[in-house]
Amino acid sequence: MKVGIVGYGAYIPKWRIKAENIAEVWGQDAQTITNGIGVQEKSVPSMDEDTATIAVEAARNAMRRANGVKPSEISAVYVGSESHPYAVKPTAVTVAEALGLTPYVTAADTEFACKAATAGIQACLGLVRGGYMKYGMSIGADTAQSAPGDALEYTAAAGGAAYIIGGDGVLAEIEGTCSYTQDVPDFWRREGSLYPKHAGRFTGEPAYFEQIVKCSKSLMEKLGTKPSDYTYVVFHMPNGKFPLKAASILGFDAKQVAPSLIVQKIGNTYSGSSLLGLAAVLDRAKPGERVLMTSYGSGAGSDSFSITVTDQIEERRRLAPPVQYYIETKSYLNYSLYAKNRRLFRE
Amino acid sequence: MSATAPPAHWRRMRERYRLLGSRCETCGATFFPTTKVCPKCRRKGKIAQMEFSGRGKVYSYTVIHSAPKMFEQFTPAVVALVQLEEGPMVLSQVVDIDHKELKVGMEVEACFRKLFEQEQSGIISYGFKFRPVNDHWGKYYEDV
Amino acid sequence: MLKKREVAIISAVTTKCGEHWDKGIKDLAWEAGVKAVEEAGISGKDIEYLVVGNMSGGMFVGQEHIGALVADFLGLNPIPSLRVEAACASGGVAFSQGYLAVASGLYDIVAVGGVEKMTDVEPEQATSVLAGAMDFEWEAYFGATFPGLYALIATRYMHEYGLKPETLAKIAVKNHHYGSLNPLAHFRNRITVEEALASPLVADPLRKYDCSPISDGAAVAILAPLEIAKKYTDTPIIVEASAMASDTLSLLKRRDLCTLDATVNAANKAFQLAHMERKDVDLVEVHDCFSIAELLAIEDLGFCKKGEAQKLVEEGQTYVGGEIPVNTDGGLKAAGHPVGATGVKQIAELVKQLRGEADKGRQVSGAEVGLAHNIGGTGATAVVTILSRRGA
Repeated sequence: MKVGIVGYGAYIPKWRIKAENIAEVWGQDAQTITNGIGVQEKSVPSMDEDTATIAVEAARNAMRRANGVKPSEISAVYVGSESHPYAVKPTAVTVAEALGLTPYVTAADTEFACKAATAGIQACLGLVRGGYMKYGMSIGADTAQSAPGDALEYTAAAGGAAYIIGGDGVLAEIEGTCSYTQDVPDFWRREGSLYPKHAGRFTGEPAYFEQIVKCSKSLMEKLGTKPSDYTYVVFHMPNGKFPLKAASILGFDAKQVAPSLIVQKIGNTYSGSSLLGLAAVLDRAKPGERVLMTSYGSGAGSDSFSITVTDQIEERRRLAPPVQYYIETKSYLNYSLYAKNRRLFRE
Repeated sequence: MSATAPPAHWRRMRERYRLLGSRCETCGATFFPTTKVCPKCRRKGKIAQMEFSGRGKVYSYTVIHSAPKMFEQFTPAVVALVQLEEGPMVLSQVVDIDHKELKVGMEVEACFRKLFEQEQSGIISYGFKFRPVNDHWGKYYEDV
Repeated sequence: MLKKREVAIISAVTTKCGEHWDKGIKDLAWEAGVKAVEEAGISGKDIEYLVVGNMSGGMFVGQEHIGALVADFLGLNPIPSLRVEAACASGGVAFSQGYLAVASGLYDIVAVGGVEKMTDVEPEQATSVLAGAMDFEWEAYFGATFPGLYALIATRYMHEYGLKPETLAKIAVKNHHYGSLNPLAHFRNRITVEEALASPLVADPLRKYDCSPISDGAAVAILAPLEIAKKYTDTPIIVEASAMASDTLSLLKRRDLCTLDATVNAANKAFQLAHMERKDVDLVEVHDCFSIAELLAIEDLGFCKKGEAQKLVEEGQTYVGGEIPVNTDGGLKAAGHPVGATGVKQIAELVKQLRGEADKGRQVSGAEVGLAHNIGGTGATAVVTILSRRGA
């Protein structure tokens, strides 16, 4: 049975702050920064937006593309994030209620830094293939926090994407998935801490690249595919440079990565990152084209998926706004308004 | 605004999250929030649940500069009376808009937002707000 | 069926309204009560029934059971006493109920009071309490404030009838003018249209001077059947009618956002009961919780067509000497708005005017008939009372 993506939806808040506005506050050189990280500006949530509201907007867009799937047929909902509004009380129940999926639904929040939602997709694949349910939904959304003055301030952004998994009305088939996980302390946040900490350059080779490269290689070996079989490759985007380097190591070229490299314009949406990148690809991919997507979550691990777009994509993607719409619909904030938004001023 | 207890949050949650109201199947009148009785048909009215589309027009608006503590973070906030396309009137904030763009009669659509939080450790209340309608994203698919 | 008796007011008094740090509810009620009894020339023991208007003793000062409190502290026990609540119309409703008690024939001398102690709490907290007058679930919960709701009415009114902010400012200017001539008013300062238009926005288009204040105050009226009232005063002021009406709690289901149907219904009923016409009225006390509310009231009471009150305001017709003097004591804006007391305070002003006892500069000459208009919330309750001297 063909199982895969039956609906997908994106949402990015409209506010932005430019790297140069952050740089001038901290006395850094904007050009050096943007050249180094490959990010020009990042998305910022409105004061009344959070991971739950972003997840609901993305999920509603996914429902529009799923066209015909009834809320009562979706029997699982997982929300992956590192900025769940509550430490205890899952974002997933709010999403389930807002979409009318309740009450006969399993729900849970997942956390695995930026790859929390891809774990949810794997869970849905299992539940659907195992015949337990017709459809499941996994959403990755974040309103990422960063300490003022820290390097992460340039990239920690807000956004999310939702995926409905099922075997009926598949827009993009998921032919296979695999994962690669190790205990790597590259980036973490303790309970009660406002901001995460990271281990600088250690986040590169032994963390991001090790998991992404090994995971992607493992999937391609399992399926007997090679980079040239894929029209697109999507990697988690902590900045505008790492995905290009990972591509090069694996033997993909920059052209295959470019369509999903939305980080340059919106920053790193954490749990939404690779899923928004995939959405940007699905917004334009032609039937028959293949996509390799590998997420990455600090801590650390990767989930890889091999996806083939079906002919149902052309009609159904038009039922909701594309990622490009959200990227281009924007208003700028200066640093003080940004600080107010992100509650950097605390009582 | 005085503190709202969890049961009070919960009682109207579904109506707030999904714009759920009622429809009298006997005369076709629509109501938001839900109603137990159709004022016109009274006991003869058959009431069914109805989910509103979220589309509507601004009937009137104001910009609130002075607000209770719980809403302080949102001021100046646009609050509007929105006439839903199916008929009923609702009140909520209008977001994602430059105040200069506000016009009586402008088209809006519902979105899912935080209404307020009761201090750092209290419940977060979510519900519908409105944003200007944008039907123009279709153009992004033209070269695809 | 009980025969309806003619009811008259023997006395009606108000305390000064303002921030009275040294006075609580008991003190305010005492002050107004004693004054009313003294002016009436009765003994406290003559009072048979007490109705008190108070919106929220509980949330302002933690005190409920206001009827019992006032009866106790005015030395009126063991007479029956109760508190009525209809948000900002509590006072008017109390008056209406006191009138009913006398008119029914069950009681002779009845005391009606209104009292509110609002300034112990922070203004922000007071605003929260007042928000209880709207639909909490579907208005306050979604970010509406009281000024916000009236601002929604103002914006729509401007859209439909071309109202300008200057006209609203003129209403505030007039009320402050009369407040400056009224020693009992909360605010005694005059203001100009420029000052009003430059004052900070509260809820666009309503600014600071478009909004009535938070005040402490109390008012008491002594009612009796006309024949008994004549024994105590040469100028009994007859209650020709006191009618109430209600409308939807929130603005959401109103028939017309720019009309307070409760006012229309209560006014029509009052004029019908009084066998009078609008042209018989010499002055009105309306519920100007916000400047826009005064504008609406003039129309909804039937003194002009919908949309045309702005013309009356622009022409100065709502000043003493004009076609229809409005709020000659300064209204809620300048005289103050101790919520539960306001309805009775309006009665006290009319009684003063009808007896020719108003301060210099604000007396309507030869006033024979006055109308009081008291509103609860955004118009969910309306009370319209018509008083006359009947040539006395």
